[in-house]
Formats: sequence, structure tokens, C-alpha cells
Amino acid sequence: MTLALTDVSKEYGQKLALDGVNLTVSPREFLCVVGASGSGKSTLLSLVAGLMMPTTGEITVDGHPITGPGPDRGLVFQNGSLYPWRTVERNVAFGLELLALDTAERDRRVDWYLAETGLAGVRRSLPRRLSGGQQQRVAIARALVCEPDVLLLDEPFGALDVQTKEDMQLLIRQIWLDTGTTVLMVTHDVEEAVFLGTRVVVLASDPGRVAAEVRVPLAEDRDLAVKRTPAFLALRASVEDMVRCGVTR
Amino acid sequence: MRTALADRTPDVRTTWPPLPRRTRPRRTALTIRTPISRRATTILTVLSLAVPFSAWVVLSASGAVPATFLPPPGAVVSAGWETARSGELAVDVWTTTRRVLQGFGLAVLVSVPLGILMGAFQAGQAAFEPLIGLLRYLPASAFIPLLIIWLGLGEPSKIAILFIGTVFFNTLMTADVVRGVPRPLIDVSYTLGARRGEVLRKVVVPHSLPGIIDAVRVNAAAAWNFVVVAELVNSTAGLGYRIVRAQRFLQTDKIFAVLVVIGVIGVTIDVALRLVRARVGRWAA
Repeated sequence: MTLALTDVSKEYGQKLALDGVNLTVSPREFLCVVGASGSGKSTLLSLVAGLMMPTTGEITVDGHPITGPGPDRGLVFQNGSLYPWRTVERNVAFGLELLALDTAERDRRVDWYLAETGLAGVRRSLPRRLSGGQQQRVAIARALVCEPDVLLLDEPFGALDVQTKEDMQLLIRQIWLDTGTTVLMVTHDVEEAVFLGTRVVVLASDPGRVAAEVRVPLAEDRDLAVKRTPAFLALRASVEDMVRCGVTR
Repeated sequence: MRTALADRTPDVRTTWPPLPRRTRPRRTALTIRTPISRRATTILTVLSLAVPFSAWVVLSASGAVPATFLPPPGAVVSAGWETARSGELAVDVWTTTRRVLQGFGLAVLVSVPLGILMGAFQAGQAAFEPLIGLLRYLPASAFIPLLIIWLGLGEPSKIAILFIGTVFFNTLMTADVVRGVPRPLIDVSYTLGARRGEVLRKVVVPHSLPGIIDAVRVNAAAAWNFVVVAELVNSTAGLGYRIVRAQRFLQTDKIFAVLVVIGVIGVTIDVALRLVRARVGRWAA
């Protein structure tokens, strides 16, 4: 699966949110997009999800243009997108219920993703009984169970406290390693982007455009300790400078 | 953006007098949203019923108000017992209830789908909002003469009044509830592969159901009002009819008895719908 954005621009009325973005996401990649607010990060993700159409330019998956949203591009929002009347397992099962699958096959798949995301113990709980971190795990499991070509994460840990956020970062890295899925994640947290990404793209603001691309030369097998290494800190600092330059120009 | 320390705002605050301080009010039982004791709650609840009831007893017993105007509670009970025993009351209750079920039932059947249409689609909103927004301000009781001309004096005109009185409000309230379905919930459903109909059925409707029941509960009370109004004009049975008839013979005690029955049925409907709402909306609590 290769996701390609070619000269993608998006206007809201008179305001140009994204200006001529070119970007390619390769299979098995974990691509993080960082940028200050107003850099059009979320717009970029909505366009890839197919929830909006670009004003000009083209977005393709394996050469086929995107015409609308679909389960091949699973989306996780920052918060508040769980079905509050459905239990954890029925939230995760939503996408599979729409397919012609027998119950045993469906349950088998739901069970695997509940275990992978550490939700087996709360499978019959309603979302409001869960912590913020657990809720985001449900949203991730619900997207992944549909076996998307690419998992789209829109500031998925932005509303969590620092400790929970780090737990979730470890979890999403583990899931990425386990499942071999491709991830496109948008965040304003540079540390998070450098820790998780195989590559980091920096967007500049007003209008949003690609300012820089950085390959992350860290080992694939990372733990939280890597955040204190000189190599990590140097990379983080240089990306932070790029984000800041992107704001003030 | 200010970055350099040199541009700092000069500190002239040293020349200001200190801000005046206000004394802090004590926390009392009437502080906004402050909890009160269980005992205080019980006392207030009992008083809210006991005070009007005692006033009634005292006023009617003292003879300050003639019994023709304000019958004593005892007379009301025996008048109620009388109508109940004769079988008259059962017929009236059933006749009125049937009218509510038909008129308001029809209104719910029309307004809920229409409200979902208006809440879910901008086209539905644009097409129906102006007319319904206007019609709801026309008082249903003002339609009575017109409906009698159109539909005659029988059941259809009575059911039509109930329908007109409730359908517009219930539509607009349902539309509001449906518009309250969070956008991310709808978007994420599309990304999980749901089609339009599936999003409506599996996301919009379940999310709106508790709110729709709330709207029905509010409008059921209105329906119960309209049915009595409808029955004041040319009926041969029903609780409203019974009141008009009792008035003709100056049977104030009977009027009171029927009013009590109407109140009890109203509360019963309300409690029943509350229970349904609590069950359906458990996830929202």
C-alpha cells in the first residue's frame, strides 16, 4: 500500500488551509506529521480519510484516487468518537457487523484486538466507565479490526495525562510492530513524533505546507529510555526548531 | 509575537491602589446548587402537597367559600366513587385515552421520522423548517371551528386537534435532538465502512433515542391538555365532556373528581415514560 498526496491544496472559503502538499507514505511506515496550530494537520488527515475533498490536487492509494471515507483508512480522533451506548466489544465490532461475517469469525477477530490493546478485562463496560487511555485504545482497536491499509491517528493522545500518554505511545508502537500496519499520525507533540515515527514531516502554518522531512535514525525497538539519549534529544531539538521556524517564517 | 525582554510592558502597577476586597458570603441552604439534607428534602416535599391540601380543607370546612364553588374533599371523593361505581368513569377514561392514543400516536408516527429527516439532512431542514416553524405558533384550539367544518363533529376532528397540537413541536424537538449527534461519531462511522442508511439506523437513531423519548414525554402532557379542550366541544363521552356536563348541573364536586382523575392519569403517563427513558438512556446517565 502506498499513499500519495500530489499538489494537494484545501481552501475554506477564502482561507487557504493547505497549499500544494506533496507527501508519500510507504508500506509499513510510521509517519508523523507535526506542526503548530493552523498548519492544517487535521485538515490533511480529514482529506486522507476522505471526509473532505481537496480543492486541487489528488490523493491516491496504490494509484487509485480517494473518493470518500472507508474502512481501508481507519481513523482515530483525539476523543469522543466512541458509541456511548455500545459496550467496548460492540464498539470494536461495529465495522465487522457491517460485513457478511458469521458470529464466530467476528468474535475471533474482536477478541484478538481486545487482547492486543489490553481491553479484555473491560470488554462488557460502557465507554463512560473507561479512563481516557482505555477509550483511545477502544478507538484504535475498532479501526484496526477492519484491517485498514493505513491507520490515521489525529492527535490520539492529546487529551491524556503525561503518564498515560507514554503508556499509549508504547502500546501503539507495539501494535505497529505486531500488526505491520502503516500509520499516519498527526500531532503537535514533537517528542511524541520523534519517538514514534520512522519519519517526521514538519508542516509550516498559514497556509499549511510541507516545511521539512526528517528520517528518524533510531532503532526500531525503542523504549522510553531512548527519549533521554543525546541522539534523540538532538533530533527532537532540531525538529522543534523547524516547527518554530514554520510558524514565524 | 513579543519575544525580546526589551519590549516588556513598563510596570506602572506600583502606583495603583490595592483592589478593594469583598466580604465572602456564607454558604447557606440557598447557595446555588448546594445540596440540602435528606430530611429537609422530605419536609419540603411533604409541605408542598400538605399546604395546598390543608388550605382546601380549611377553606371548604369553614364555610368561607360556598360548597358550590369549592366542595370539601369528602364530597369530591364520594362524587368520584359515584361515577366510578356507575361505570361512567371507566367509559370516559377509556374514550379520552383512546383519543390521545390515536391523535398523539399519529403525531409521533409522523413527527419522529420527519424530525430525523430534518435533523440529519440540511435539505430536510430547508424544506420543512419554515412551514413547521410558522404552524407551531398557530394555537391548536383556534383550529377547532375549522376542523368542525372540515371533518364534522365526530371523532376525526377531535383526533385532528390532538394531532395539530403536538405534531409540530414534536417534529422540531426531534430535529434538535438529531442535530445534537456529535459530528465525529458520524464521521468515524463512515470511516468504519457504514453507508448512509447504516449511519442513520446504527448511529443517529440510537444516539437520539433518549432525547426523542424526552420530547415525546413533554408533548404527551400537551396532548393530554388538548384532548380535554377538544372534548369541551360536542362530545358524548370523555373526561372533558364529563366536566362540561357536571358544570351544567353545578356539580362542582364531580368536576373536581374528574380533574383528580386527569391529574392521576397524567402523572402515570409521565412516570411510565420516565422509566422507559431511564432504561433506554442508561448509557447516557
